[in-house]
Amino acid sequence: MTTNEPVLRGEGLTVRVEDKTLLGRASVGVRGGELLGVVGPNGAGKTTLLKALSGDAELAEGTVYIDDRPLSDFGARELARRRAVMPQSSYLPFLFTARDVVRMGRAPWEGERGESEHGAKLTDYAMSLTDTRDYAVRAYPTLSGGEQSRVTLARVLAQETPILLIDEPTAHLDLRHQHLVLQLARELASEGAAVVAVLHDLNLAAMYTDSSVVLHRGAVVASGDSEEALHPDVLSPVFGIEFLLQPHPELERPMLVPLPASVSHDRG
Amino acid sequence: MILAALVGAGLGVSGAALQGLFRNPLADPSLIGVSSGAAFAVALSVLLGLTSGAVFIQPLVAFVGGLVLTLGIYAFSRSAGRVQMATMLLVGIAVNALLASAISFILSLSDDGALRDIVYWILGSLGGSVWDYAVTAGPLILIAIFVLVRQAGALNLLTLGDAEARHLGVRVERSQFIIVTAAALATGAGVAVAGVVGFVGLVAPHLVRLVVGPDHRSLIPASAVSGAILVLGADLGARTIFAPAELPLGVVTAVIGTPVFLYLIHRARRSLAMGGW
Repeated sequence: MTTNEPVLRGEGLTVRVEDKTLLGRASVGVRGGELLGVVGPNGAGKTTLLKALSGDAELAEGTVYIDDRPLSDFGARELARRRAVMPQSSYLPFLFTARDVVRMGRAPWEGERGESEHGAKLTDYAMSLTDTRDYAVRAYPTLSGGEQSRVTLARVLAQETPILLIDEPTAHLDLRHQHLVLQLARELASEGAAVVAVLHDLNLAAMYTDSSVVLHRGAVVASGDSEEALHPDVLSPVFGIEFLLQPHPELERPMLVPLPASVSHDRG
Repeated sequence: MILAALVGAGLGVSGAALQGLFRNPLADPSLIGVSSGAAFAVALSVLLGLTSGAVFIQPLVAFVGGLVLTLGIYAFSRSAGRVQMATMLLVGIAVNALLASAISFILSLSDDGALRDIVYWILGSLGGSVWDYAVTAGPLILIAIFVLVRQAGALNLLTLGDAEARHLGVRVERSQFIIVTAAALATGAGVAVAGVVGFVGLVAPHLVRLVVGPDHRSLIPASAVSGAILVLGADLGARTIFAPAELPLGVVTAVIGTPVFLYLIHRARRSLAMGGW
């Protein structure tokens, strides 16, 4: 049920810090119903691209559009109702409970009719989706890194937006929760949301995303259907390591098996 | 009495708001330069002989000095339309250190009378207070408290971080400016009539955080109450302990505040070890 026009798109996004170009003329778009993965090696500009799309990074060139309106056109609250952003890590110096933090995701909707009940219900729902209800009353700073990032994801889900930008949601998570989070992202997309996720793990990207953007040294080197963009021919020069493409034994999805230098030399 | 309560409420609320804004539980109204700006302005005006005459001149000088310095620090910390709160904290610390030296320098130049005037003002006192002070400073403090109470929801979100608050619909730059200005108003008006009263802005929010938790919607009003009680108690102590001699208010708040603060840290050290207040 993807729509045809991208609901969020960036055109020619360029981010410079002093003389260094972190992101050069990157163009991306994501449609409703689509889960877009952003992959690339360390320092390729993944997080910068997400910050450019969210309006956090100052753009030297380029424009971000939501529903064909430039980002600068939106009021803060209006934007917060359209789009949620999950940061890589959230430090919090005060002892708010996990539930308090998730409830903060409802802030853009405060003052709406019936929000106090609806907000409470949605807060609980988001916490059960992310498997965080067990520690709802524990103080956020006392949670482990993985628990904190799932609480943060719950906060982002509670915001109830049709566009989501998530930065390495699986970074601190164990295997089960990595898949839980991406299944969630997948479900959100199938319900019509446009989701952009920075992913470190190429196989998670290959398994769950519809389309992918491959970044290398601040430039988009491939974008499009994940099956094409996440191809060894594209990824090997970018990551500096050979890959073998294998069908997943159970799913109709490809798997990328990395080959250490010694193996690929023997073959070469 | 009323003045003491108002000054304390202003300091408590400013402390609570700034701790949230800076995401730093050790923040204190003096960090944004209100107190040192006020003290410097008073010291300079006494040195230059500008404070003789009307009873209102000195508070006015202090108030304007504090506000100007705070807004100066705020403007200096601004780049590309955004203010990094960490930068502002550092700039505030640096400017405070500079002004402390400048005040010492002025003191070294002053004759005995001026020295006494300046030191006594800095140490703080509600002894010289007149009803007129309450009438002028009071409304300013009350307005600032009202403004900060209205920012409580934004302050909760700002503790997640500036970018996070923006993503949740807070107009971050606007809120930061309002909070800094209101805190400077409340503190400046208090400092102007009572001198530099330390520790209240730091301790009052911590005391209530233990009871009502970190939510600014209850923390800010509760800090007004605890700040008011602290300063009332300190003022009472200042007037009675060595009566008829009066102790400087700032000395009393420090003597009460330090042990209270250490006790709080002692109690909170378990949660501190886990990373939060």
